[in-house]
Amino acid sequence: MIDEKILFTAGHTACAGCAQSLAARLVIDASGKNTIVVNNTGCLEVFSTGYPYTSWRVPFIHSLFENAGAVASGVESALNYLGLKNNINIIAQAGDGGFADIGLQAFSGLWERGHDILTICYDNEAYMNTGVQRSGTTPIGTNTTTSPVGKGSTGNLRWKKNLVDIALAHRCVYVATASVHLPVDLQNKVKKALKIKGPKFIHILSPCPLGWGSQPEDTIEVATLAVETGFWPLVEYENGILTKVRKYKQLKPIEEYLKLQKRFSHLLKEENKEILAMWKQKIQENIKKYQLLEE
Amino acid sequence: MKQFLEGAQAIAKTVSLCKPAVISAYPITPQTHIVEEIATLIANGQLNAEFVNVESEHSAASCVLGAVASGVRAYSSTSSQGLLLMTEVLFNIAGMRLPVVMCCVNRAVSAPINIWNDQQDIMTVRDAGLILLFAENIQEACDLHIQAFKIAEDKDIMLPTIINIDGFILSHGYEPVEIPQQELVDKFLPEYNPPYKLDVNNPLTFGSLIGPEYYLETRYAIHETLNNEVKKKILDVAEEFTKIFARKSYGLFEEYKTQDAETIFVSMGSISGPIKDVVDELRYKQQKVGLLRIISYRPFPQEIVKVLSKAKKVIVIDKSISLGAQSPLYQDVVSSFYITLQSDAIKTLPKVVGYICGLGGRDVSKEEIFEIYQEKDFVSTKFVSVKQENLGSFI
Repeated sequence: MIDEKILFTAGHTACAGCAQSLAARLVIDASGKNTIVVNNTGCLEVFSTGYPYTSWRVPFIHSLFENAGAVASGVESALNYLGLKNNINIIAQAGDGGFADIGLQAFSGLWERGHDILTICYDNEAYMNTGVQRSGTTPIGTNTTTSPVGKGSTGNLRWKKNLVDIALAHRCVYVATASVHLPVDLQNKVKKALKIKGPKFIHILSPCPLGWGSQPEDTIEVATLAVETGFWPLVEYENGILTKVRKYKQLKPIEEYLKLQKRFSHLLKEENKEILAMWKQKIQENIKKYQLLEE
Repeated sequence: MKQFLEGAQAIAKTVSLCKPAVISAYPITPQTHIVEEIATLIANGQLNAEFVNVESEHSAASCVLGAVASGVRAYSSTSSQGLLLMTEVLFNIAGMRLPVVMCCVNRAVSAPINIWNDQQDIMTVRDAGLILLFAENIQEACDLHIQAFKIAEDKDIMLPTIINIDGFILSHGYEPVEIPQQELVDKFLPEYNPPYKLDVNNPLTFGSLIGPEYYLETRYAIHETLNNEVKKKILDVAEEFTKIFARKSYGLFEEYKTQDAETIFVSMGSISGPIKDVVDELRYKQQKVGLLRIISYRPFPQEIVKVLSKAKKVIVIDKSISLGAQSPLYQDVVSSFYITLQSDAIKTLPKVVGYICGLGGRDVSKEEIFEIYQEKDFVSTKFVSVKQENLGSFI
């Protein structure tokens, strides 16, 4: 039996422990049935739309890897012409490769033109659909198939792009980060974003057992630690102003997050202590930038 | 009443009569005048439409894809590099069976960068599943736009259509043009009412992942539609257009003085004008010459063989080339002949020769067309007016 209220149904082919499938369901259920979803190529589209089946109980369109921003702009313009926009939400979504790399230009165009669209990046920090190649949002020191660790390599060379700052630079009216271990918070952010007219952005960290080398049953634990170590701050900006930050009395050591994931196993070795130090420095920067600690 | 208009202006005014809901485009010469004029019509309240100024041609094509998928009529226009940047989107629009209508103002492809006319750009998307129409003059460019929406949006077709016009020659040239009355266009072109769209009351999934067990059928379906429904629709629509607008429209191809012709030129686009002049002058000298002008390049009308097989010599003029092979139109004509011969529908072949001219905006003079006509040797890929003195640095 399919629950009428669930808009992203079971039966899809995502891996066990996939956070993206969970996040996508939370997003669409929060948005409701009067929503059109525009999706870039990636895991989500592949595991949810294998013809002749679909998990989507709202209108859904996937075109290409990099054009969801532009396709959604066309959808919004059509709805404006038809006078339907006030009653229908539009969500344009992509993985990190489709959002931060190949699709960034089209999303930049969407944001800059000010379309009334909620854009969402499900960030699993590499190209998982093609077999774990590094992307522009892969953290420093990450072991991926195209940033492999070896005698002459400690993994990915640089820190990930800050998509929140990029969205803010486009004057998005609402910008937030979210995590699957706090589903109510994630859904509240979706609902809040959809109430504001204009371009919105929510960046969701999506642990990927396959690409991260974590246990499927640990997905929620990994997501929790990403936030509670200060690596993935949960923040909200309205009209460019930081309005909310999830704060902690004390942050957990980053090693607790890293040790659950094979992609980081080399970072806990003595010879890579410089990379680990960079992680700790990054967390200090996050604490300062977002005031992560309760006073 | 005829107006003396620039081609781009005339096309923009015609497009606005077709009432598109969404227009999206990115600036590129020589296309830009079309969308500038449309933007002006919207700004002045003469056209009710959303104009989306996107950040690339890739996004322009994607934007009209999204608009048409949402159930409204949409239009774009581009040239050359812009069309090439749209390439994967155009394959996608065709595969999703979305009747986007576009104009390609044909221009040479870089490198070396060259903004002038040839037809190389559109050949890059020849195999995408698009309906490709070529206009000879500004009037026909306008008339084909009106027809394109009707062909593309037919429920049995649902395929994107590109009207090709030669850059500068037709986009920036001036001609007395008849811009039809709105009532006539309304009578001819019904409102867009698609059989499927993104609709919250009837949620459908567009752009599914399809495996080996279904993909081939999607290609077959487009191919069959192009060769059957589209060909028939182009003829029907041209006939209806001729009746309603009292102006001749030719359908798949135009025959010009081919009836008893021993030599027939084959061409596409604006070069057909000077060729008709040459045909007239040769006819005056009792030479049996004609022209067959291709309007629908895709689907390709193999039926032309019926006309051409009566001639002794067929001269194919291309404004593009498949480098390292022959030119596209020449290949299509030759293969049409050979296929027809093997099916025993014809017994003998005329000599079919191929010339490449006008690349990168090089003028093609009537004298050169005369010389082509007089040439006795067999040629298949001969470049017209190559200047040996300019060649040194390129070989």
